[in-house]
Amino acid sequence: MSDFFTATVLLATLASGIRLATPFLLAALGETLGQKSGVLNLGVEGVMLLGAYGAYYATLRTDSVLIGIGVGVLVGAFMGVVYGVVTLALKAEQGISGIGIFIFGLGISDLLFQKQVGTPTPIDGLGHFSIPVLGDLPLIGEALFQQNVLVYVAFLLVPALWFVINRTTFGLNVKAVGETPEAADSLGVSVDRTRYITIIVGNAMAGLAGAALALELAIFQQNLTNGHGFIAIALVYFGAWRPSGVMAGALVFGLIQAMVLQWKTLGIVVGTTASIVGMFPAVLTILVLVVVSRGTGAPAALTRPFERGH
Amino acid sequence: MTDTTNGEVLLELDGITKQFPGVLANDRVDFDVKSGEVHTLLGENGAGKSTLMKILYGLYNADEGEIRLRGNPVTISSPSDAIEQGIGMIHQHFMLVPTLTVAENVALGLPSSKRMLMDLTPVRQRIRELSDTYGLAVDPDSYIWQLAVGERQRVEILKAIYRDVSLLILDEPTSVLTPAEVDDLFETLRQMTRGGRGLVFISHKLHEVMALSDRITVLRLGRVTGRTTPAETSREDLAHMMVGRQVKLAPTRTDSTVGEARLTVRGLNVIGDRGTPAVTDLDIEVRSGEVVGIAGVSGNGQRELAEALSGLRPVASGEVIINGTDTTNRSPKEIRRLSVSYIPEERMRDGTVAEFSVAENLILTDHDLPPISRRGFLDFNQIKQVGSALVKRFTVKTPTLETPTSSLSGGNIQKLIIARELSGDPELLIAAQPTRGVDIGAAEYIHSVLMGQRAQGTAILLISEDLDEVMGLADRIAVMFEGRIMGVLDRAEATISRLGLLMAGVEEPNDSE
Repeated sequence: MSDFFTATVLLATLASGIRLATPFLLAALGETLGQKSGVLNLGVEGVMLLGAYGAYYATLRTDSVLIGIGVGVLVGAFMGVVYGVVTLALKAEQGISGIGIFIFGLGISDLLFQKQVGTPTPIDGLGHFSIPVLGDLPLIGEALFQQNVLVYVAFLLVPALWFVINRTTFGLNVKAVGETPEAADSLGVSVDRTRYITIIVGNAMAGLAGAALALELAIFQQNLTNGHGFIAIALVYFGAWRPSGVMAGALVFGLIQAMVLQWKTLGIVVGTTASIVGMFPAVLTILVLVVVSRGTGAPAALTRPFERGH
Repeated sequence: MTDTTNGEVLLELDGITKQFPGVLANDRVDFDVKSGEVHTLLGENGAGKSTLMKILYGLYNADEGEIRLRGNPVTISSPSDAIEQGIGMIHQHFMLVPTLTVAENVALGLPSSKRMLMDLTPVRQRIRELSDTYGLAVDPDSYIWQLAVGERQRVEILKAIYRDVSLLILDEPTSVLTPAEVDDLFETLRQMTRGGRGLVFISHKLHEVMALSDRITVLRLGRVTGRTTPAETSREDLAHMMVGRQVKLAPTRTDSTVGEARLTVRGLNVIGDRGTPAVTDLDIEVRSGEVVGIAGVSGNGQRELAEALSGLRPVASGEVIINGTDTTNRSPKEIRRLSVSYIPEERMRDGTVAEFSVAENLILTDHDLPPISRRGFLDFNQIKQVGSALVKRFTVKTPTLETPTSSLSGGNIQKLIIARELSGDPELLIAAQPTRGVDIGAAEYIHSVLMGQRAQGTAILLISEDLDEVMGLADRIAVMFEGRIMGVLDRAEATISRLGLLMAGVEEPNDSE
């Protein structure tokens, strides 16, 4: 254990924890926006997989990470349109529709991978970008400011999302639509239009989260996301529908993952113990949800379809 | 506000027809509003008042007919269209977002002075000005969930005035207000009409209609059945137009002998849904042959009291004694076996199983006892006999005994519940809001049945937010406010103003000392 508590290892763990938190954070911020407007999307995992595959395949074909990111976002946005039509226009039950999106994403991403790529071919992933001055700071510079570009994007989206929700007229509409859609409608705010926007943007962020994962690992395989999307949904509850809370949750999960990886690498945990320690994030998710579910703060109209005059 | 001279016709509805599956909600209805007047739309539940106004506000589309504003035909297909035309609506249920502030609720849906960015400073400023002008005191930075019901109503009105409406529709705006708050509301509304606005007041409360209206249009079953003014009519005439026959507004009281205590409650404390005290240190006694009324604005612990007495909600402390037996925290079944009946306020949720047939709902409380069932088997002949006898005796209008209960009207479902609850001739009846939302005819009938039970010696605890009902039926009236009994008045000394003060939480000076 003493191997772990050295400055180099701790800082390396911190750096990798922040990197590992990024896909959680992107997906959970997107889900926060959707839930704020009253729409639960259980399909985040599936959208992430499609985004991840889209980003991987585009990068593989074009050798451009930027195009890869763009394709990941577009695939996510497209899935947002699909989910919007299903839950808003067709008023389908949100829980079940989300599970459908997950299964669809899981199957299609693997099918396309098998048909179009076949054998796992590595791509050139995201390079690390050192922020001038900050990146050269001793100790923390390497951990915090020599990350890939999507890490910075994800953490900058935290204040950005807070600003949109709390300081813009659109954010006011989102909160009203998520709490009391009838009231918003009676004042001329279009409930469906607001929800379409939050769903499409939220899913685009899930697509970006998938892209971040695939481009970081520089590879794609079946079920690459391995539960990231579901944990992201849990993080929205963990963070009590606040971007800063969601960020705290994502960091906790990222750091735990990094720590477990580090312990395995250093041989601190081996064999069965390693597997049990590896369960830690899942157990934590359940514990967190049991505690948080007692609290309040959920948008009152979450999962409730809106129909005028009812 | 647009310049209008009082008396100019603001709105004309011409031949509005709206068909719902199986119901003609509006049948060629004509209606108009002039600036500076209150035009009341009076009718029972289901008469088509709300449908007509929802058409005007763009929530429904009319099948036929024309809407004209200041003489120009308009199409209103969504609330935004209505808002654009200067029409505002105050809905029966508040249209407020509880987690937002007053200023945010007012600003919702309006363009901001800083485009995409919210800018509440001018909104707060304007709210304060309007509050002063119209006497609508409210803090723009309070969250809605922090406000009392009366204050929320003021926010609704502020929303409308802020949007500079020239025509305001008020759909049953007084249902949650105390009498004093109703007086304040009416004062504000009169001030609004003096400024040239036209108001549509939807109500079924006859004394309010007489007090506020300039003109009255009565609807029954989707059709206009009368047009009049308060000067030309009386409450009895209005009721006649609403129901289509003579109606007795005040129940006939008969003599009854008051006997021993059937229900004694001492120091009762009950916790509400949110974990906060809902009923606090409550004492009450109901004796056989008397009706004790619990008056008060709903949400002051009445529902929790009824649920605690009937065994549906745990008692935190205190005791409940029914017919000499301590029933504190006993199960509903044990309590019912002591000849206790309960008419719950939520008739669809707690009073019936909506998908069950009329006959099934009629035997719900004694289906496990002979003669309805023996050794666990239901006796369908018995059920049919008992069912048809009850349906006949309590005049429940239903096509058959097998009809699903959910397809009956509200008044008939309530009669069904009363038939079931009174069939065993209970010694104690807890009746919560027994006539809420039912038509005048059914209410009149229910009142007469309750009076009949009282004459037979049943002890009745009547919980009602309808002051006319409590004052008409009860021998003693207890007023509940924030979980406590503020005072108990004898029938003879109960006036609307004394009850109104108690309902607002104002203690009476103790004049016995």
